[in-house]
Amino acid sequence: MSLSLAKHLPSHKFIETHSIWLVIGIIVAIAIGGIVEIVPLFYLKNTIEKVDGVRPYSPLELAGFNIYVREGCYLCHSQMIRPLRDEVERYGHYSLAAESMYDHPFQWGSKRNGPDLARVGGKYSDDWHRDHLRDPRSVVPTSIMPGYPFLENTPLDAERFSENLVALSRVGVPYTSEMIGKTAEDLKGQTMPDSPEAAAMIKRYPKAIVRPATGQNGQISEADALIAYLQRLGTQVDFKLYDDKANIR
Amino acid sequence: MAQATSIPKSMTLGELGLAIVLTVLAFASLYIAAKAYTAPYAFHASLFCLGSAVAVFAIASRYHSRGADLTPAEIDGKPNYNLGPVKFASIAGLFWGIAGFTVGLYIALELAYPWLNLDTAYINFGRLRPLHTSAVIFAFGGNVLIATSFYVVQRTSRVRLAGDLAPWFVVLGYNFFIVIAGTGYLLGITRSHEYAEPEWYAILWLVAVWLTYFFVFLITVARRHEPHIYVANWFYLAFIITIAVLVLGNNTEIPVSIFSSKSYPVWSGVQDAMIQWWYGHNAVGFFLTAGFLAIMYYFIPKRADRPIYSYRLSIIHFWALIFLYIWAGPHHLHYTALPDWAQTLGATFSIMLWMPSWGGMINGLMTLSGAWDKLRADPVLRMLVVSVAFYGMATFEGPLMSIKSVNSLSHYTDWGIGHVHSGALGWVAFVSFGALYCLIPWLYNKKLYSLKLVDWHFWIATIGIVFYISAMWVAGIMQGLMWRAYTDQGFLEYSFVETTEAMHPMYVIRALGGALFLAGALIMVFNIYKTLASQSAAEVDAPIGASPAGLAPAE
Repeated sequence: MSLSLAKHLPSHKFIETHSIWLVIGIIVAIAIGGIVEIVPLFYLKNTIEKVDGVRPYSPLELAGFNIYVREGCYLCHSQMIRPLRDEVERYGHYSLAAESMYDHPFQWGSKRNGPDLARVGGKYSDDWHRDHLRDPRSVVPTSIMPGYPFLENTPLDAERFSENLVALSRVGVPYTSEMIGKTAEDLKGQTMPDSPEAAAMIKRYPKAIVRPATGQNGQISEADALIAYLQRLGTQVDFKLYDDKANIR
Repeated sequence: MAQATSIPKSMTLGELGLAIVLTVLAFASLYIAAKAYTAPYAFHASLFCLGSAVAVFAIASRYHSRGADLTPAEIDGKPNYNLGPVKFASIAGLFWGIAGFTVGLYIALELAYPWLNLDTAYINFGRLRPLHTSAVIFAFGGNVLIATSFYVVQRTSRVRLAGDLAPWFVVLGYNFFIVIAGTGYLLGITRSHEYAEPEWYAILWLVAVWLTYFFVFLITVARRHEPHIYVANWFYLAFIITIAVLVLGNNTEIPVSIFSSKSYPVWSGVQDAMIQWWYGHNAVGFFLTAGFLAIMYYFIPKRADRPIYSYRLSIIHFWALIFLYIWAGPHHLHYTALPDWAQTLGATFSIMLWMPSWGGMINGLMTLSGAWDKLRADPVLRMLVVSVAFYGMATFEGPLMSIKSVNSLSHYTDWGIGHVHSGALGWVAFVSFGALYCLIPWLYNKKLYSLKLVDWHFWIATIGIVFYISAMWVAGIMQGLMWRAYTDQGFLEYSFVETTEAMHPMYVIRALGGALFLAGALIMVFNIYKTLASQSAAEVDAPIGASPAGLAPAE
């Protein structure tokens, strides 16, 4: 083996003496693995499970998602429950690819300085989240999470928010032109319980939770948006009806 | 010069072209700054405007002060090396290193003492961690790579660096990118892809800088006065090309508006995850490995005054390394919603990767054969060699952690943090320190102020690394085991926060290790400062041999 290899090595001289061929050789060597691993994910149908219930974010939830990204929450919280006994018992059903299909970018995370958040939605009350964001140690005394008191004092910047939906629709999120046109109304509507605006919003975004704004002077705060996002996490798929045998990959 | 010359002084195409492009950029940035949706983006647009304006002014004043002829590529038949950009990048690397280590120490303390987040937006852990990782990887590591690559490619090709303004554009443009990226994180501008956080406009700028870097490097290699391309340059080329491919692949995104810093990536969910870790693991493989192996292949033989151990091994391990590395990304996604076939491929190639990695380690270490005694006398060489030993350790640990059953324990824990730091501190930083201890005295033609201080740096930093990685091993394995611990009745034994509490002592030890590492680096800064401030010219450290001009070997 080593002998036959040695016989062929003199031909390496060609590459070592022709810079363009060295460049071409490098490109070929690094292209193969990426192509084999990435391209099939776009055409193999079983990459993303077929499930009911996963819908695009409502405008308020999307605003919360953007705050989650901005503050770097993904650096300490994963959103990916692995199919291991302890994780399923601690956090709930293992995560499906379908559940993050509208996450641009994905928020699976890589480190758990805090617990996984893939199914945190509905686990705690809004008030708990508000206290926890303001001062984590007021509800979890030994938590090492930073406090985010500024979120509830900062009004949500909702100006031109529809442009976010336009950009997402360009990359494949199924926002209709109606949804885009009603962005401002829906964003506000999600903070006006029992109003016709809220009802119209829920028609477009089924199961969205409506809760009053708590910012100063009745404004929507950044904390309101973030909590709307957190309370939705992991609640889209009804696992009583989900048939995991149908999606064996 | 009073010499009569027939060539009238005129601007070169490069000077004129760059000045025009930057002028346009300055006005465009000003316009964008005025209409920006958010204050942080307006701030960045203003920085672009200011930076371009200063650059145009610098080009004009340089033109005024220069003669009609450009700097000659050769003087008396010997290459006239372009060392200005190398000097700048070397010193910038040191500066960013200290900045990056300091931020790292601070966020380590934040995890041990969370009140240090001070309840403010700008310095909470989530914003500072990308600042730390980018500052050490891209600012410190990147500047060291640019500095050494520009130096090594000239020396081993025996030709002046290609381009007149281009090398400066690479060095200054890259550091400008760092400033935009770093301030962006503090202001909340991020894409949330780990190690790829800068937003679309910073990436557009980086792509322009990086393509220039590629062409400067490649044209210099193409113009070489040596028949063969030296092995270090293969690795530098692989690093430059692959990083370009990775950045372009992982940054396919659509900005919300040209007046907004926010963009949305084209990919989502599972595909986005796969592409991100294809990028992420190969940022390790090509930025932090191939690039620094190039440094190893020049500086260890040079410092030890020995030839590379095996030419054949360098060929085999080069091609095997770059071919296999690109497959390893999915091991970051074990047991996730990524399809099993991709996870298995990732694990398989990660394990195979052990061999070419150790091929490089063996080639580096065995270069010392016949010269092992030098380790005792020369702490700089010791630093370089120990870095290769850490490289071997980290690249053994990596394949181990990519085995699915091991990964189910190690993933999401501090074991991963320990693993990257045995690579980042032990390998990347040590080989960089060693290279800079060689390079800076060579560049300025001075004798290094004190080898004794290098010795102190080496030992303090090594103890720091040992504290760091052992604390993280204990923390990671302990937390992993606690998460999966069950009581006799079959209930989960620990709540999540109980596992966090158990980490506290380890986090304190880790911060202590980081503080020692930073202290070592500060000793280095002092040593380099004294070196540059001294009046004495070097006698021994200068590599420029006394061999007759016509017979000069590749340097």
